[in-house]
Amino acid sequence: MPDLLIELFSEEIPARMQARAREDLKKLVTDGLVEAGLTYASAGAFSTPRRLVLSVEGLSAESPTLREERKGPKADAPAAAIEGFLRSTGLTRDQLETREDKKGAVLFAVVEKPGRRAPDIVAEVLERTIRAFPWPKSMRWGTGSLRWVRPLHSILCLLSDEAGSQVVPVTVDQVTAVNTTEGHRFMAPGRFAVTGFDDYRAKLQRAFVMLDAAEREQAIWHEATTQAFAQGLEVVPDAGLLAEVAGLVEWPVVLMGPIGEEFLGLPPEVLQTSMREHQKFFSVRNPATGRIEKFVTVANRETADHGATILKGNAKVLSARLSDARFFWENDRRTVQTVGLEGMAAGLAHVTFHNKLGSEADRIARIEALAREIAPLVGASPDLAAEAARVAKADLQSAMVGEFPELQGTMGSYYARAAGLPEPVALACKAHYQPLGPSDAVPTDPVSVAVALADKIDTLTGFWAIDEKPTGSKDPFALRRAALGVIRLVLATHRQLPLLSLFRLIFLWRQQLSVAGHADAYAVLVGVQVAIRRDGATVTTPSEAADLLTFFHDRLKVHLREQGIRHDVIDACLAMPGNDDLTLLVKRAEALSAFLKTDDGTNLLQGFKRANNILAQAEARDGVEYSFGADPKFAETDAERALFAALEQAEAAIAPAMQAEDFGAAMAAMAALRAPIDAFFDTVQVNADNPVLRRNRLNMLHSIRATCASVADLTRIEG
Amino acid sequence: MTGKPVPPRSFQEIILRLMTYWGGKGCAVLQPYDMEVGAGTFHPATTLRSLGARPWAAAYVQPSRRPTDGRYGENPNRLQHYYQYQVLIKPSPPDLQQLYLGSLQAIGIDMELHDIRFVEDDWESPTLGAWGLGWEVWCDGMEVSQFTYFQQVGGHDCKPVSGELTYGLERLAMYVLGVDHVMDMPYNDPDSPTPLKYGDVFRQTEQEYSRWNFDQADTEMLLQHFKDAEAECERILSAPETDKAGRRIVMAHPAYDQCIKASHLFNLLDARGVISVTERQAYIGRVRALAKKCADAFVTTEAGAAA
Repeated sequence: MPDLLIELFSEEIPARMQARAREDLKKLVTDGLVEAGLTYASAGAFSTPRRLVLSVEGLSAESPTLREERKGPKADAPAAAIEGFLRSTGLTRDQLETREDKKGAVLFAVVEKPGRRAPDIVAEVLERTIRAFPWPKSMRWGTGSLRWVRPLHSILCLLSDEAGSQVVPVTVDQVTAVNTTEGHRFMAPGRFAVTGFDDYRAKLQRAFVMLDAAEREQAIWHEATTQAFAQGLEVVPDAGLLAEVAGLVEWPVVLMGPIGEEFLGLPPEVLQTSMREHQKFFSVRNPATGRIEKFVTVANRETADHGATILKGNAKVLSARLSDARFFWENDRRTVQTVGLEGMAAGLAHVTFHNKLGSEADRIARIEALAREIAPLVGASPDLAAEAARVAKADLQSAMVGEFPELQGTMGSYYARAAGLPEPVALACKAHYQPLGPSDAVPTDPVSVAVALADKIDTLTGFWAIDEKPTGSKDPFALRRAALGVIRLVLATHRQLPLLSLFRLIFLWRQQLSVAGHADAYAVLVGVQVAIRRDGATVTTPSEAADLLTFFHDRLKVHLREQGIRHDVIDACLAMPGNDDLTLLVKRAEALSAFLKTDDGTNLLQGFKRANNILAQAEARDGVEYSFGADPKFAETDAERALFAALEQAEAAIAPAMQAEDFGAAMAAMAALRAPIDAFFDTVQVNADNPVLRRNRLNMLHSIRATCASVADLTRIEG
Repeated sequence: MTGKPVPPRSFQEIILRLMTYWGGKGCAVLQPYDMEVGAGTFHPATTLRSLGARPWAAAYVQPSRRPTDGRYGENPNRLQHYYQYQVLIKPSPPDLQQLYLGSLQAIGIDMELHDIRFVEDDWESPTLGAWGLGWEVWCDGMEVSQFTYFQQVGGHDCKPVSGELTYGLERLAMYVLGVDHVMDMPYNDPDSPTPLKYGDVFRQTEQEYSRWNFDQADTEMLLQHFKDAEAECERILSAPETDKAGRRIVMAHPAYDQCIKASHLFNLLDARGVISVTERQAYIGRVRALAKKCADAFVTTEAGAAA
């Protein structure tokens, strides 16, 4: 069983592409080998900035011989038919076998495909893999036409077993496979030969190349945390940065250096972002104060001066960067202290948000009006919410956010405090962007919640109004994330927000705004509300409102499914009235989901379905609806009488529970029906010969259905 | 790459060493283009010569102007007028990275003490309709060069591919010479009879141009110049290919001069703050349209022909 070693040696591969490339190399090569009839025991892929490596162990030495039989025409078939068969198989008449069959002598072609040697297959698969490699971006170089992520310099391709190793003969454009590679660019220049994976890995290590990215990550993290710990400090964890840095070096050397005293007053987010984005430095903080005091950089080599020159250079670059940041910080704060955050935001009138949706200033005016409208619903002060909305995006005009867009919101909060604004307003500047993703925290301060909802709902209704909805995998404006944000915000507040009427109001309002302008957006909103109240049902509901609600329902399904609630349970609740109230909807779904997991729940569901089926059949056959109400005086058996009593009790309990939105209590009342329904079906024949009894029993089934249907649409539950 | 390099003593010595180095590696050492440009890439020795099949190797200094970067000579690192060192070799040689590292060694960077890395940075010039893949080269965490394999210029595929190197000379020199403020950097040898610092040469011009760029440039006139350059570029290219004597002379370079002009005028207008965000894209698109037409014309000439 030979082992296979492949190394594709190139100029520096972007760090962010390496993990994916390892997976792709492994999959494309092993799939290709298996498809060609080889088997293997295990495979592992590795990468450094300059190489992409695959090691396959226990590869079969050749593919098996394949025997293929094809049945042809009868032996005495017309010559033309036999000719055709010969052509299609590529055989001659005397190579065909004749076999007796129940219809007589039939011709058979037996083709043997001999197995192929592993080197031939590897060569073919490797060339195909290289030529079709799915790099996110690839390039040509020199005079060649081959595409690779950066110029490909050498291919190492070896098959080795006990007898030794041999180079697999493969040439891709001008690159011919060899058994040699290079070590570290600076610390061990020059090529060397290898005999197999273990030899390769060991020799690389001696040539200052740590092959495994995971090992490099570990080495970096271990060394960084050790150095920090020795000085009573801690490294701020950053898995993304760690992976990136591990993809930038073959021989990681961790160096820790100080941040100039004059920069320690900058907000930690600024230090961290500047160091991370520009320099790929880790932040090192003082655990006692939370202050970031040092940086860790990862160099790609050892030097005679133990990194002193490298560290000095890095510290100098950092100083220049942080001087810029400090300049922005001081300037921005001076601006807000003189003209306020609203003054800073003034320029947003000239910034286009989207060419069909107007300027950032228009958008802020809408968010402000909406925040004022939504505030009472989430327990926030309308004035504070409006003030927060007015300034929440001001920092988009700050020099700091101009330089570091990822600090939007964060800087707003700092600058709001510098301008002396109330704390809830300062909080909202940052928090109104949240939640940024499914795992991001949801803001809790009511003012933040109001502005966050207003911002997201404005975005959603805006793009809905111009028909820019997400399609398939395309969601350029992150509308799914916005809708999920609204859902999570509403659910976290436990407040009721009837979305359909809100959407209707907003779509009508947006139509008015396009005429009236945004100067007094809230007054226009109030005007629309007055008109709706005055004209009631005659006011049209824009079709986008229902469409957007459906989009929310789809997002909610995804969200609840992740919480372990089945889609049919959600459907059963969505079919109920008031389904634009997410809080109510989810309470109902959670209660139903819990109920269906109980014994009573599953059995009641069976009873309900049985009742519903019998009733549906009878109604279809008789062409009537048995909704007259059953009469207890026609009850013949105890089971019937017991069910009567139980239904009456259940109805009496369910109605107030539903009124109070206590779904748990409603489900419990429904659960009490289980035993009487079971007993009823065990002892009573619904389709009795006596038409009066039959009608009464069908009417009774109807009340089972109606009672259950007041809780959820159980017909939608599967199973 | 052996032996300790001798450190240079001045800004001009770094330029001279680069000239000597790349001249020694077979590049034609050209002079700056005599027009205002935003970067060395705009020099026709790069933009136009990266097109077509003819081999090419050139190195030159290009004064570059970025009006919005003016800081009245006060910022230690930012200038509205600075120098780029540009190398373009077509086809890109297989050892371009080694050649490049050799040039760092030549200007006094000791490879045994410094940490040189190639960090992904794809290059795109929306105004030139050009893009390429490559890196920014870091020396101890500082970007010292851009290294790009051109894939497309003026909307044309580059065949063969050119390798382009761009050194930001002031920043690189400040690093090599250990200077913190650009104006303090020795321009010539500090021991010469008339030692001059970068500030002695450029502080006053930085002030003057910053004021003109930000406050004084006549925007009406600049807008008109932009339109004129655009119209002249189109007119030149729409002229018949044969002149009055019946010679075929496609005027790709004169047309391209107008494209360069339009690009710089756009930068000036941008610095004056009279171009809105939405208009920005439209202006860039207009310059790109000119660049594409110039490239279309150049590839029909002898110097730009395909193989």
